[in-house]
Order: sequence, then structure tokens, then C-alpha cells
Amino acid sequence: MKLTLKVWRQKNNADKGGFVSYPLDGISTDMSFLEMLDVLNEELTEKGEDPVHFDHDCREGICGMCSLYINGKPHGPQQTTTCQLHMRSFKDGDTITIEPWRAAAFPVVKDLVVDRASFDRIIQAGGYVSVNTGGVPDANEIPIPKTIADEAFDAATCIGCGACVAACKNASAMLFTSAKISQLAMLPQGQVERKERAEKMIAQMDAEGFGACTNTGACSAECPKGISLTNIARMNREYFSAVLSSENV
Amino acid sequence: MSWVTKTLSSTLGRKLIMALTGLFLILFLTGHVSGNLLLFKGDGGQAFNIYAKFMTTNPAVKILSYLTYISVIGHVIYAILLGRKNKSARPIGYAESGASTNSTMASRNMGILGTIILIFLVVHLQSFWYQMHWGDLPFVTYDGEEYKDLFSIVTFAFQNELMVAGYVIAMIFLGFHLSHGFASAFQTLGLNHKKYTPAIATLGKLYAVIVPILFALMPLYIYFTS
Ligand code: SF4
Ligand code: FES
Repeated sequence: MKLTLKVWRQKNNADKGGFVSYPLDGISTDMSFLEMLDVLNEELTEKGEDPVHFDHDCREGICGMCSLYINGKPHGPQQTTTCQLHMRSFKDGDTITIEPWRAAAFPVVKDLVVDRASFDRIIQAGGYVSVNTGGVPDANEIPIPKTIADEAFDAATCIGCGACVAACKNASAMLFTSAKISQLAMLPQGQVERKERAEKMIAQMDAEGFGACTNTGACSAECPKGISLTNIARMNREYFSAVLSSENV
Repeated sequence: MSWVTKTLSSTLGRKLIMALTGLFLILFLTGHVSGNLLLFKGDGGQAFNIYAKFMTTNPAVKILSYLTYISVIGHVIYAILLGRKNKSARPIGYAESGASTNSTMASRNMGILGTIILIFLVVHLQSFWYQMHWGDLPFVTYDGEEYKDLFSIVTFAFQNELMVAGYVIAMIFLGFHLSHGFASAFQTLGLNHKKYTPAIATLGKLYAVIVPILFALMPLYIYFTS
């Protein structure tokens, strides 16, 4: 298929940046979106031009490294990661607009690459549990109801890609933060730091400059892992009960 | 900063205030629409005028009305604070937006809807609330007791097509605002549960249709009957 790519190019964070159009031919519908960009980059390299920079790692939908705001949607038209998006989702002759995630807390590094270290700092603020040293504990030593384990696991499938922030009209990180708080708050192992975790992770989320939640649901609709809005409600409960009852005056 | 001010200036704290004031205003609307149904009574406004006097003189109602003023002001101030934070969270926007595929129009435009409702509110308060409290109203006497004839002011106001049209349009905006705000407030408060959330969502949608329609029928009824 024949395509026109409208790609955001930006030399570095200080550069203003802008769109550049590239015609592209001979793209197979079986290619993944990133393979299509590989073809473009090969052509650019052969011509001696700077290839388009974009993030990726596993290319199998599990690491959360790929991003890209494609035709007005994070990870493009399907509810999946960009690396798992295939060119059969597009038509011959299409113009595809590719932009980086847009958020003050995700500064552009170069072209389509953004710095998502703000997510790491939210995790560092409280997204951990204390464990005993010593011998390896038996598996299933602590009984956990199946429904709870499943729900915690669902929250834990968040890969930290940032599509929720990209999709949100307020660039809010509440879906991500709520998934990370939920996966621990629901399990016995997460109880020790429970209150402190909610308070600290939310304080960090605010400090990073993410917006507030309007409950539009765009995040969940675009999340490649389908993280549910119930996590945000749970996070709010965790936070309100933590600030009311923690020792942290 | 104490923990209270720190919490109330966090994004979640601010959203808590939005949700609580919003829910209080929903309670207010429920009371307001129920009382004003007396306009449909067709008794020349007697029941309505008696009700209006009660609402402006009863001490318990006074407390509720002060809470309502505070809620309106709080809802507006915190909307501005949150709106500014949200704007600064995305200084550079997208060239293309697919927002219509992932969220409702009302949920994305609560600020605009709210602003229109606020403008309506100012006009509405000036037309009736201000008149009732400080305006030069004619008096009527029922059973030897004097009442301000607010009903005559209302019926006079709704002889004007523009006024009627303005009210009906404002109620459409109110409906959209409520269609998202009602359930959203519960979600913000963390009140989300498999058993109740679907019911809250349905109730919210019904509320957002029924209450604005009842309100909109009032000017229409008066316009077409008097
Ligand atoms: S919640 Fe979904 S969209 Fe957000 S970071 Fe996690 S996986 Fe990505
Ligand atoms: S590259 Fe790992 S999820 Fe897309």
C-alpha cells in the first residue's frame, strides 16, 4: 500500500519542532506499525537523512515502551499497543498523522520520543512492598480470594505506557497511578505501606504536573490493557481514608 | 501547611470539593424543581406565593440556602483552579483529536457547559431571587395575611419569547452538565461498586433528562396559558 506520513520532527527538547510529510510505498498490510516506520527510517538513512526517533523495545505488547499518537489516538485506531498495531488497520492512500504523547510531565526528548521518567518517580514514591529477608516463603502461604487476586492482577497488567495520559484531555495520570496503587492495596502483602503509599504516590503525581481527572473515561477506552475506571474510584477511597487516618499530620 | 489544607489543595482534594458541592447542588435542584411545580397548580399563584414566602423566611431553609450559595461559589472557584491545572498539564496540544471516539461530548466540556449555566444563573437570580428579596413587589392577601406576589413577576417575565427561549436552552445545557456530573461525583468520591454503580449511572441519566424538562416546562406552560 501507498501512504503519506505526517510525522512530528523535533531535534531536541529546546527545538520548536513541526510536521514533516513523507510519502511511503510498498507497505504490506501484514507489517506492524513499527515495521512500517522501520521501512521509512531505512529510506531516510539511505538518503543520508536523520531517521525518525521513536520508542520501542519488546514489540510484543508487554513492555510499555512504544508510544505514538496516531491519527488522534494513542497507539492508533485499535485498543492495543503501537507495536501490536498492524497496517491492515489502514487503507491504501491514507495519510497518517504521528505525534508524540503530549503532556508537561512527558517532555519530548527527540521527534516522537518522550521522557516518561515521571511515571518512574511516582512508582518510587510508594509503589513497592516490604518483604522479609531469609528463606523463600512457600507459594500460596497467604490465602487470597480468587476474585481479589484476579482484580489485583488486572490492575497489575498496566505496562506503564502512558497512553492514558496521552488520551486524557487533562493529561491526567490517574488511571496509571490508580492501577499501581490498586495492585498493592488489594493484597495482604501491600498492607504495611498502604496509607503511606496512597498519600505519597498521589503527592508525587501532583508534583509531576499531571492534570486532574474529569472522569471522561478516555483513558480506559484507549488503554491497551483495558485498565478499568474502578481503579480510579479505589484510589480516591484509598487517598481519602489515608489522609483522614494516617499518622502523617 | 496543615494536612487539611494540603489535602484540599491536592488534585484529589479539589475534586472532592467539586463532587461534594456538585451533589449538594443536585439536592438543591431536586428541592427547587419540586417546589416550583406549584406553578402548574393553576390557582392564580396562591400556593406558589405562600411557598415563596416560606422559602425566604424559614430559618432552616435559610441555612440550606446559605449552603447553596457556598456550594455554587465553591463549585465555580474549584472548577477554575482545576481547569488551570489541567490546562498547564498539556501546554502543547495535538494536531489531531480522536476524542469523540473515546468519551462523551458532555464529559469533555463540563467547563463550557458550567460557564453557560453560570451566566444563566446570574440572569435567573437577578430576575426572581433578587426581586423576591429586595425588589419592589406587589402584595397579595390570602386569609388576611400579606404575601409578596412573586407569581405575578414570574408570569410577567415569561410573556417574553426571548426569556422563555433562553430558559429552555439553558435547561438543555443543564441536562448535559448533569448527564456527566451526577455519576461522575460518585466516582470521584470513590463510591464505585458492581452492585450500585450501574444504578447510579441510570439514575444520573434519568435525572439529567427529567429535572431540566420539568424546569423548561414552567416558562413554556406560563407562556402558553397566560
Ligand atoms: S493504565 Fe493503561 S494506558 Fe495507562 S500506563 Fe497503564 S497500560 Fe498504559
Ligand atoms: S514495544 Fe513493548 S509494548 Fe510495544
